Amino acid sequence: MSVAVQAEDFDISREVAALTAGRTDIGAIVTFTGTVRGTSEGTALSSMTLEHYPGMTEAELARVEEEAHKRWPLQGSRIVHRVGSLAPGDNIVLVVTASAHRHAAFEAAAFLMDYLKTRAPFWKKETDANGEGHWVDARESDDAALERWRK
Amino acid sequence: MTVTLRYFAWLRERVGRSEERIDVPPGIATVADLIHWLKDRGPEYAHAFERAEFIRAAIDHAHVRQEAPISGAREIGFFPPVTGG
Repeated sequence: MSVAVQAEDFDISREVAALTAGRTDIGAIVTFTGTVRGTSEGTALSSMTLEHYPGMTEAELARVEEEAHKRWPLQGSRIVHRVGSLAPGDNIVLVVTASAHRHAAFEAAAFLMDYLKTRAPFWKKETDANGEGHWVDARESDDAALERWRK
Repeated sequence: MTVTLRYFAWLRERVGRSEERIDVPPGIATVADLIHWLKDRGPEYAHAFERAEFIRAAIDHAHVRQEAPISGAREIGFFPPVTGG
C-alpha cells in the first residue's frame, strides 16, 4: 500500500515492477491511467492545472486505499496522482492493484478511482486556447458511481 | 481559540489568500457558524461563501459536514467539491 502526490510524470511499468518485485503470490495486476483530454465541452484546451490540499490529500488517499484492502484480498496497491501544470495527453493519475485473482484486482481498481474522484482533495482548472481559465465543476455522475460500493 | 483556515481552488481566488490564522469568536460552535461569520468579514468573503451549501470543509485533514463542531480544531480547510482523478 502506498500513495504519491507529485509533479513529475510516472512510469507505469516501473510502478508495477516495484509492486511485484520478489512476489510469487500475485496472479492479477490491474492498472488504470487517467490522462488529460484535449477538449472540454467542445472547447480546445491548452493546459490543465491541478491544485491539491497538501497533507490532507495524502491522508485521504491512504484512507481510501486502506478501505480497498479491507474489502478485497489485495497483495498490493499503488496510487500516484500528479499536481501542477499538465498538457493535453499527459498522465494525471495511476491506480495499480495486485491480487491473487482478477476479480478482486479489477473491482478494487474501480473502487479506488470512484472514491478518489469524490473524496481526494484535488481541483482541476482548465485553460483554453485564449488563455481563459475556469475551474472544472464536480460531476453528479461521479457521486452516482459511489452508489454501487455502498455496503 | 486560534485556528488556521485554508482555502482552495476558486474559494482561494475569491478570498484572495490561501490561508490565515483567526481567533474564533465566542458563540461559533460549528463549521456552519464559522462560514456564517466569515461571510460578514468583507465582500471577498461574502462572494466566496455566497452559496454556502456547495462549500466543503475539512477539520485537521478529514472531511466533515457543516454541522460538525469545531472545538479543538487546529486547521479548517474550505474548498469546492473535489474534481481530481
